Amino acid sequence: MNPHDFLFQAIIFLTVAVIFVPVAKKLGLGSVLGYLLAGVVIGPFILGFVGEEGESILQFAEFGVVLMLFLIGLELQPELLWKLRKSILGLGLMQLILTTVCVTALAMAFGFGWEHALVLGMILSMSSTAIVLQILSEKGLLKTPAGQSAFAVLLFQDVAVIPIFAILPLFSTSGKAAGVAKNLTWVDGEPGWLKGLIVLGSIAAIIIVGRLLIRPLLRIIAKTEMREIFTAMSLLIVIAIAELMSQIGLSPALGAFLAGVVLANSEYRHELESDIEPFKGLLLGIFFMTIGASINFHLVADQIGAVISWVLLLIIIKSGVLLLLGRIIKMGVKPNFIFSFSLSQVGEFAFVLLSFSLQQGILPPDTVSLMIAIVAISMGLTPIVMLLNEKLILPRLGTETKPQREPDVIDERNKVIIAGFGHFGSTVGRFLKSNKIDATYLDIDSDRVDVLRKMGFNVFYGDASRAELLEFAGAKEASIIIITIGDSEKRAELVETVKKHFPHLHMLVRSANRYEAYDQMNAGLLHIYRESLDTSLRVGIDAMSLLGYRKYTARHLANTFFKYDEQALKKLSAIRDQEVYINEIRKSTEELELIMQSDNQFIIRSEPEPDIS
Amino acid sequence: MNKILVLFAHPAFERSTMHKSLLDHIKQLPNVTINDLYENYPDFEVDVEREKKLLSAHDVIVWQHPFFWYSGPALLKQWQDLVFEYGWAYGNENYALEGKRIFNVITSGGELEAFQKKCFHNSTIRDFLLPFERTAEICKMIYLPPFWVPETEKLSNAAIAEYGRQYKDLLTLIGDSDLNDPKLSATTLLNSLVT
Repeated sequence: MNPHDFLFQAIIFLTVAVIFVPVAKKLGLGSVLGYLLAGVVIGPFILGFVGEEGESILQFAEFGVVLMLFLIGLELQPELLWKLRKSILGLGLMQLILTTVCVTALAMAFGFGWEHALVLGMILSMSSTAIVLQILSEKGLLKTPAGQSAFAVLLFQDVAVIPIFAILPLFSTSGKAAGVAKNLTWVDGEPGWLKGLIVLGSIAAIIIVGRLLIRPLLRIIAKTEMREIFTAMSLLIVIAIAELMSQIGLSPALGAFLAGVVLANSEYRHELESDIEPFKGLLLGIFFMTIGASINFHLVADQIGAVISWVLLLIIIKSGVLLLLGRIIKMGVKPNFIFSFSLSQVGEFAFVLLSFSLQQGILPPDTVSLMIAIVAISMGLTPIVMLLNEKLILPRLGTETKPQREPDVIDERNKVIIAGFGHFGSTVGRFLKSNKIDATYLDIDSDRVDVLRKMGFNVFYGDASRAELLEFAGAKEASIIIITIGDSEKRAELVETVKKHFPHLHMLVRSANRYEAYDQMNAGLLHIYRESLDTSLRVGIDAMSLLGYRKYTARHLANTFFKYDEQALKKLSAIRDQEVYINEIRKSTEELELIMQSDNQFIIRSEPEPDIS
Repeated sequence: MNKILVLFAHPAFERSTMHKSLLDHIKQLPNVTINDLYENYPDFEVDVEREKKLLSAHDVIVWQHPFFWYSGPALLKQWQDLVFEYGWAYGNENYALEGKRIFNVITSGGELEAFQKKCFHNSTIRDFLLPFERTAEICKMIYLPPFWVPETEKLSNAAIAEYGRQYKDLLTLIGDSDLNDPKLSATTLLNSLVT
């Protein structure tokens, strides 16, 4: 493909994406369907911009899947897995097994041989993380028992994709897998036991290198404070691991996933996430578009009856299995219906697995084409199924009588974010921590992050003034952000970011002096903390005490001074003119002196006269 | 409708289900203002001018607090010491609060029966409230009998809610009454008006 063609292709893909994805989102269909629709439009059956050569784009776009699995790995914190272990293992495993069995039976009923049927069973048992989480969070159901169980099932599916990738090639009927045959790997021709050893060795190497080498490497890169180099490094890690895995004949996705898990607990997690996320999003988008473009509508039209019955039966089977499981774990009737119908579609992983099966020669092209259409339709129906459930089924169930299951705690993000963990921020952090208030800390100094993590703080490396990083740090769920960064310009930048992207956050902001405080007040901030004010006043109190004043009196006078000074600051912040400002300062100083002198707390205090006459 | 100001003083409000119930029941009443002293003045710096304005704007004052060492918590005393200024609340011919009704709403762990002559405390609850009563009288306010929740340690959730309801009924009754009605002063405890 020459560069001109490449740019032309890029224009087509990006144009339909920016048109269709926002429209689909607006209609509540989710971005995945938006990309699919865009693909259909540019595909051979409507505009015909992309046709056969879509193959090369697909291979490029598939890298989005690798990045997605890396991100899933990054998100899999051991604590979260542990908290949800029962739901994940019980519900997730049972859902996968039962659905696979039922769908396999269905496929056999449609005339597939058992091997193809089983492959389809595994592929179609997946649900759509993107669609389900979006719908549940829009309806505010994510933290309910239904939402948490759905989350657990999806999490299990995310992980189950890895072994499924490994199992699928076993069903390859063409003997030699087509995809692997094309590019010879390092291990071809080696005896089986050596291959096995190399594979195990590579996995061990990823874990060890991830633990011992990548973190220090990231630290060195972070120190250069050049963002694009950090991004380059992030991409390099994923691509290198993916390549290593393909060279030894394993799935690149598996390697990326492993690398993600290894780095999940590192201080660079949020920074890595926010660096990789846009690449992943865009590549996956292109991936879904090529999928959409590859749907063979002649085939679908010929078999329209089969397509419709597949879709309906799949929805019935998938929600039926979940209803049964919900029953077993004693979920209430209404939550059970929400839980079951929300997961009734086939998910985006199915596209990935289908195109993988096609390449590996596991499934014939016609079947894949048909299935892609079926999967897409089932996804598109999800909002409608949920709506029908809400309007027709739930009202008939009457009021909830069964006691609700005690909700598990899912990935409860911290309510407090502290940006800047120097001496100022760490004191705030230590105080909160001593009161068992957990916070998420962000800091740009990689050495300091290292030390603080060793001390047991939940610190992440990154530039807090970037909206994506804040989002990954949980800014959407948080209620407070404490801005204690030492650099006043960075503080102002962060304030702007928060105002723009997370207006719900209470901002508590450090201020170098009164001049910065004026700016912050004018920016509409309510909680401003001049960094030396309280300490200076404490010095004042001790000085008065040494001069012979009573400590309580000195303290009270300092409190009065403080209160007055804060009020005066508000007045002064509105003044722009230098001369007026100096005048006002003089006036308020005199006023303050007057107030302090006339302060008579406990001074005129005599016993009330017992007899008043 | 008489306007009622509740001066609430509790240093560990988050641990008191009783006071939470009391406040929860009255906070919606339209004629009631709740002034949470420990929340407003955590460093004991009572804003005297604000407090004077609040007092002037109300007809009935309530000191709501736990009964600590036969009196109120420290901040309530600080409040009295600072706000009842000479030359404003009393003395020098000035009685800004003259004629206003004032009473205590108290909770105590002690048993009802123990507050009698010859019993454990050897005095009635009203006896122990004498400093409040005299302070009110010096300021020419009219001191009413207390509303008392005894034995708080032993109360069931139902009983806690019941006291909340009584408190709400009491403030509603006082809000709607003619303050000169003798029944308000005639009882030993205001509890008897709402049980």
